[in-house]
Amino acid sequence: MLRRSAAPLLTLRKGAFQPTGLRMQIAIASGKGGTGKTTVATNLAYVASRRGLSVAYLDCDVEAPNGHIFLRPQITERETVGNLVPQVDHQRCTLCGRCGEICQYSAIALVGQQVLVYPELCHGCGGCWLVCPEKAITEVSRPIGVVETGQAGSIQFARGLLNVGEPMSPPVIRAVKAVRFEAEVTVIDAPPGTSCPVIESLRGADFVLLVTEPTPFGLHDLKLAVEMVRALKLPFGVVINRATEDGRPTRSFCEAQRVAILAEIPDDRKLAEAYARGVLACDFSDQYRTQFSRLLESARAPGKESA
Amino acid sequence: MNELVVMSGKGGTGKTSIVASFAVLAGRCVAADCDVDASDLHLLLEPRVLRRENFSGGSQARIKPGHCTACGKCEELCRFDAVFFDGPGNGRVPKTFRVDPMACEGCGVCAYFCEEKAIDFSPAVSGQWFVSETRCGPMVHARLGIAQENTGKLVHVVRTEAKKVASTERLDLVIIDGAPGIGCPVIASMTATNLAVIVTEPTLSGLHDLGRVADLAAHFGLPAVVAVNQWDVHPEMTERIEAEARSRGLPVAGRVRYDPAVTQAQVRQMAVVEYTGRGAAADIRRLWSEVAPRLSKPSPFVVL
Repeated sequence: MLRRSAAPLLTLRKGAFQPTGLRMQIAIASGKGGTGKTTVATNLAYVASRRGLSVAYLDCDVEAPNGHIFLRPQITERETVGNLVPQVDHQRCTLCGRCGEICQYSAIALVGQQVLVYPELCHGCGGCWLVCPEKAITEVSRPIGVVETGQAGSIQFARGLLNVGEPMSPPVIRAVKAVRFEAEVTVIDAPPGTSCPVIESLRGADFVLLVTEPTPFGLHDLKLAVEMVRALKLPFGVVINRATEDGRPTRSFCEAQRVAILAEIPDDRKLAEAYARGVLACDFSDQYRTQFSRLLESARAPGKESA
Repeated sequence: MNELVVMSGKGGTGKTSIVASFAVLAGRCVAADCDVDASDLHLLLEPRVLRRENFSGGSQARIKPGHCTACGKCEELCRFDAVFFDGPGNGRVPKTFRVDPMACEGCGVCAYFCEEKAIDFSPAVSGQWFVSETRCGPMVHARLGIAQENTGKLVHVVRTEAKKVASTERLDLVIIDGAPGIGCPVIASMTATNLAVIVTEPTLSGLHDLGRVADLAAHFGLPAVVAVNQWDVHPEMTERIEAEARSRGLPVAGRVRYDPAVTQAQVRQMAVVEYTGRGAAADIRRLWSEVAPRLSKPSPFVVL
């Protein structure tokens, strides 16, 4: 049987990715939203490219992607991401109901004298198609989002956009990650939280940077995020954004958990204003260029942090 | 009964701080924390848990190494790259297949088609939900296990329970703290509510994500109003965002200024309107006085 991709409309380009010791995927994540993931991700991509490394930036926050605001890419390609959903041939259907029995998502069901499909609930597992004894089900690709690719200076850029009203982002995230860039450093901008879209974004990363802020909410959600990367067995470090004196509980937590704090970005009004206007911190300040360069080094130095 | 949802496309715009203040200002109401992935409302409302229930979002596949013959059917059928050929050997084969629980979407296809019946497929506990009492009234909240699926289903449970509690306690307002984004938990938090308050911040990201979430509200025909938090960090951007909201036919219900008191209140486990009467707290009071009358049957407990 042919293996079918969950993202069939997206054709892969530029040959297979060849992982070597030099290539690295760094994912930027956080439990809490709005802590500065995109700030860290875009600035890291920028300093890496300035250093002459080949860089790819993948915006996996497909519900609310913002990396393009700072990197200003020229989008050259736009491809639809589809999810395979069942289509029932009612002539062939004998109403046996097996499709509804195998479906775990209530996306297909025998209701009275008809099989009904609820495509937005379908995860595209193919169960109903496989189980139908009458071959009355075909799978059709239903668009749920797009992947845009292009170039931001020397940075190869890709982002996913989930269509408004669609609940399931993981297939779009998979499609963003399936874009084949040749890059020594790939920066993955993940969505906030700790559930399936984040896990999908982090899969295959070599290192995770968890961005937090020194507030009770920030710390609470950092604890969840640490639990998550540990469950995924990924090496990681922490970045404290808007760092002030209030960061003490966050620092003690990291110390107690033997988690390295790789950078503290100060609570700087100038930085907040630049962010508001969509300007990269590294674009206006040597201080931030140095800081993000160092952060890039710590993230790339292997075996530095605990899992 | 009214359900009011506070939502935002972008994370970290201040939803939870505003929800806690609204819950205080509304008098007794039911608070429902639907950001089940990274819930924080309990840090402000200090709920006393009265009831605790397990939640199962679905089943998970597990290959029994002793029964696996390494035929590879499961790996062939899995569309989620969740099956790996690195399980322990048994008497018959040196290596078996293994399901990565982090990647498994719980579709059950592998278990259904395994000829050796070597795959367990049973409901997994993927979280917990709670009914609690707080100083503002009852609260329903939840905790999704790390890396779990089906946040939407858990949000649905939280909302259903919140409505049940509201009707037993004869409260006519449920205030929902939504998750960021526009995906499954957000859709589950907002469908068939009465009003959405979209909280944004004066940044280009805030503007961009406001557009996404406003489109979502329009898609589901949900009436919405907009509030700009920390508006004074960038007044011109605030103007731009408010113009954008109006051009979409969304009323601007208020502005909340940047105020360190919001974090200070958080540290003291208080809603900012309980901590002070000035600054952002005054702005949130004004915002509430704009929002409350828009609910179809204003709560008799509204304190303005």
